[in-house]
Amino acid sequence: MKLRFSASDEAFRVEVANWLRDNLCGQFESIRFRGGPGDEHSFVEERKAWERKLGDAAWTCIGWPRDWGGRAASIEQQVVFNEEYARAGGPGRIGHIGETLMGPTLIAYGSEAQKAKYLPSIRSGDAIWCQGYSEPSAGSDLANVKTKAVFDEQAQVWQITGQKVWTSLAHESQYCFVVARTDPQAKGHKGLGFFMLDMHQPGVTIRPIEQLTGTSEFNEVFFDSAVCSVEDIVGKPGEGWQVAMALLGFERGVSTLGQQMLFQNEFNDIVHLAKSNGADRDPMLRQRIAEAHIGLRIMRYNTLRVLSGSDEGELQAEGMIYKLYWSSWHRNLGKLAMDVMGSDSEILDAEPYELNRLQSMFLFTRADTIYGGTNQIQRNLIAERALGMPREPRGNN
Amino acid sequence: MEFKFTDEQIMIRDTAEAFVSEVSTSAAVRSAMLEPAGYDKDLWRKISADMFWQALPIPEVLGGLGLGYVELAATLEQTGRFLLCSPLMATAAFAVPAIRLAASEEQQALYLERILEGQVATLAHAGIQTHGSQINVQANITDQGVCLNGISRHVLNGQSADFFIVAAEETFASGEQGISLWFVDRDTQGLTIKSLPTMDQTRRLAELQCDNLVLSPEQRVGAVAQCQAQLLNSILDLAAIAVSAEQVGGAQQSLDISVAYIKERVQFGRTIASYQAIKHKCADMMLKAESARSGLYYAACIADEFLAGACDAETLAEAASISKAYSSEAFFFNAGCGIQLHGGVGITSEYDIQLYFKRAKALESFLGNASEHRERLAKQLLDSEVSL
Repeated sequence: MKLRFSASDEAFRVEVANWLRDNLCGQFESIRFRGGPGDEHSFVEERKAWERKLGDAAWTCIGWPRDWGGRAASIEQQVVFNEEYARAGGPGRIGHIGETLMGPTLIAYGSEAQKAKYLPSIRSGDAIWCQGYSEPSAGSDLANVKTKAVFDEQAQVWQITGQKVWTSLAHESQYCFVVARTDPQAKGHKGLGFFMLDMHQPGVTIRPIEQLTGTSEFNEVFFDSAVCSVEDIVGKPGEGWQVAMALLGFERGVSTLGQQMLFQNEFNDIVHLAKSNGADRDPMLRQRIAEAHIGLRIMRYNTLRVLSGSDEGELQAEGMIYKLYWSSWHRNLGKLAMDVMGSDSEILDAEPYELNRLQSMFLFTRADTIYGGTNQIQRNLIAERALGMPREPRGNN
Repeated sequence: MEFKFTDEQIMIRDTAEAFVSEVSTSAAVRSAMLEPAGYDKDLWRKISADMFWQALPIPEVLGGLGLGYVELAATLEQTGRFLLCSPLMATAAFAVPAIRLAASEEQQALYLERILEGQVATLAHAGIQTHGSQINVQANITDQGVCLNGISRHVLNGQSADFFIVAAEETFASGEQGISLWFVDRDTQGLTIKSLPTMDQTRRLAELQCDNLVLSPEQRVGAVAQCQAQLLNSILDLAAIAVSAEQVGGAQQSLDISVAYIKERVQFGRTIASYQAIKHKCADMMLKAESARSGLYYAACIADEFLAGACDAETLAEAASISKAYSSEAFFFNAGCGIQLHGGVGITSEYDIQLYFKRAKALESFLGNASEHRERLAKQLLDSEVSL
C-alpha cells in the first residue's frame, strides 16, 4: 500500500504548476477561482478564451489517447493535473462536459466518422457541449424519457421533440447530447436513442431557470422538431440507454480529486475567516471546523482507494458511497461557512442580490444532495447493490 | 500511488480473517470474557507462538517479521471484527512501538525478545496527550535510585501483563518537563495490580498502584535521562491507530450481522430488509464503515512513514487524530444502529450486537474520544501560524 505519488508524477506536478503560474495571470487573473459549481454562469467569454489557451498547450483532454490529441496521461497524472489546476485557482472548465463525458463516450462507442467530426473541436477547446438527460418527469427516474425522436424517411433525418431540464451552459453550447425515445411503444430504458444535436438551429429554444442564488446556471431546453442527421446517433436506435449509462460511468473518475481541491480552497477560506473574526475561539465551531477537515481528508482517501482499484476485483463498495459522501459533506460545509461568518452571513456584498463566494456556496450546496442522483436514491443503490437488500417495487407506469 | 493492499498484505489479512473467525466465535468470546485474565491463555499461546502476530512490527534483525503498521492494522481489523479477546493489541501495538521508539538498543534486544517469546506487555498510560495532570505516577530520582509512587488507571490487559512501560512525571518537574518511561516487571515489590470491572467484558482494564516502587536507573526506557513527552505522544498516536483498526473491524461486523438479521426477519409479510427506512440506515452504516477504513489505511501508511523516519510527529499526530476521531464515531454509530435494526432481540444478551455496542463505547473513550481528537486537530488548524 503506497500513499505517495512517484517521483515522475511529482515532476509532472511541478510542470503543471509552473505552466499554470506562468499562464493563469494577466487577462486571466480575474477568472481565478471562478466559474465552478454554482458559478458556471460567470465569465463565460473569458473562460472560453482560457479553454482555447489550455487547448493550444495540450492541457485539455490529457487522458485521451495520443491519436486524438491527448497525452495518454496515466490515472495518477490526471489526478495530479486536477489537483494542481484546482490549487492554482483554475476556473471552472467550460469544456468539461465535452472532455470528460462526450469525448470518452465517443472514443469508446463512436464511429470513426463521428470521432473525426467531434473530437478535434473538443480537444482544441472550441466546442462546448451540454447534457440532455433530465426531463420534467425524468428526474431520479432517468429512464422515464418522454422526448421523442422520429425518423423522417423523406429527409433521412431524425426529428427531436420534447423538453429537457437542468441543462447547464445550454445557451453557450454548440452541441447537446440528448436521450430520446425512438420507439414510441417502448417504456423505461428500452427503445431509446443517443443523439448528438446541434444547438444552433431553429427547433431549439432555451429558457434560463433562476435559482435560489438569483443566478441562472441551469436551463430548460425545448426541442420542436429539432433536426439530427442519421450520422449523429451513437450506437443503434434502441441502444441509447446503454450509451447513456456508459457515459455516466466516465463521470466518477479522476476529476473528483480536483473537485476536492476546490473544496479545500473553500475550507481554507473558512479557516482564514474564523481566525480573523474570532470564530476560532468558539469551542463548538472549533469542533465543526475539525470535523470538516477530517471529512475532507477521508474523502481523499476514499477516492484514492477507488482509483487504485479494489483489492480483488470485488464490487467497489467504496465507489458507491462517493456521491452520498461528498454531497453531504459539502452541504454541511455550507452551513459551517455561514455559522463562522456569524451575523454578517446575512449581509450581502451589494444590491440587488450580490452574494459572496461562501454565501453562494451555502445556497448552492443544497443542490448537491439532489442532482446526479439524490441522497435518497444513492442510499437505495447502496442498500440494493452493495448490501444485497431487496429492490424497491416499481409502479405500473 | 497505489492505495490498496499488496498481494502479501491480502494474504496476511485473509489468514487473520480465517483464523480469528474460527477461534473467536460467539461462544468462544463469551467463555473467554469470564476468564480471570479476560482471554483464553491457550489461545494466546497459539497466537503468539504459531501465528506470531506480535512479531509483525518487530524488525527482522531483532527476530521479528519486519512488517509494518499496514500489516498490523490489517490484522487488528480482523481481531476487532470478531471481538477477539487477547492481549495482542496491548503487546504488539502499545508496548512494541514504545520500545522501538524510546528504548536503547540493549533494551530493545532484551524486551522485544521477551515479547517474541510470548510474554504480555502493555503501556501504563491511556491519556490522549502528555499533560502532566494526566500522569499520576511520580518518579522521585535520587542518588540512591528511582522510586515510583502513584496510580495509573485504564491499563489495557494490566491483569496479565508480564511487564509494563509506565509513564511517570519526575518530582519537581512541571508540565511536560520531566516525563519519563520505565520498564516495570509485574512481580516488582511495591506494585499492586487491581482489576477494574468493565462494561465491555471482552477487554480488560486494570489499575496499577505504585507504593515506593524502587527501580534501578537501567530500567529507564532509553537509558539516558531526557524528557520523553514528545515520544510518548507519538507512541500514543501509534496506539490510537491500532485502536482505530479494531474499530473499523467492529463497525463492519456491526453492519454485516445486522444485515444478515434483517434479511431473515419477516414482518407484515415481508423481510424488514425490504423497507426503505431500514435500507437507508444500512446505507449510512456502510458509508461510515468504508470511510473509517479509508482513514485507517491512510493513518497506517503515515505510521509506517513515521517509523521509517520519513515524516514528522505532527503529521503522525494529525493522521492518528483523523482516524481515531472518525472510526470512534463510525463504530459507535454502526453498533447503535445495529441494536435498533435487531429490534427487541438487540437488547438481549443472547445476540452479539450488544457486545459490539459495548466494545464501541469502550474503544471510543480509550486514548481520546472523537471530541478530544477534533480539538487537537483544531489546535493544529487554528492556533498555529503554520497551516497544514
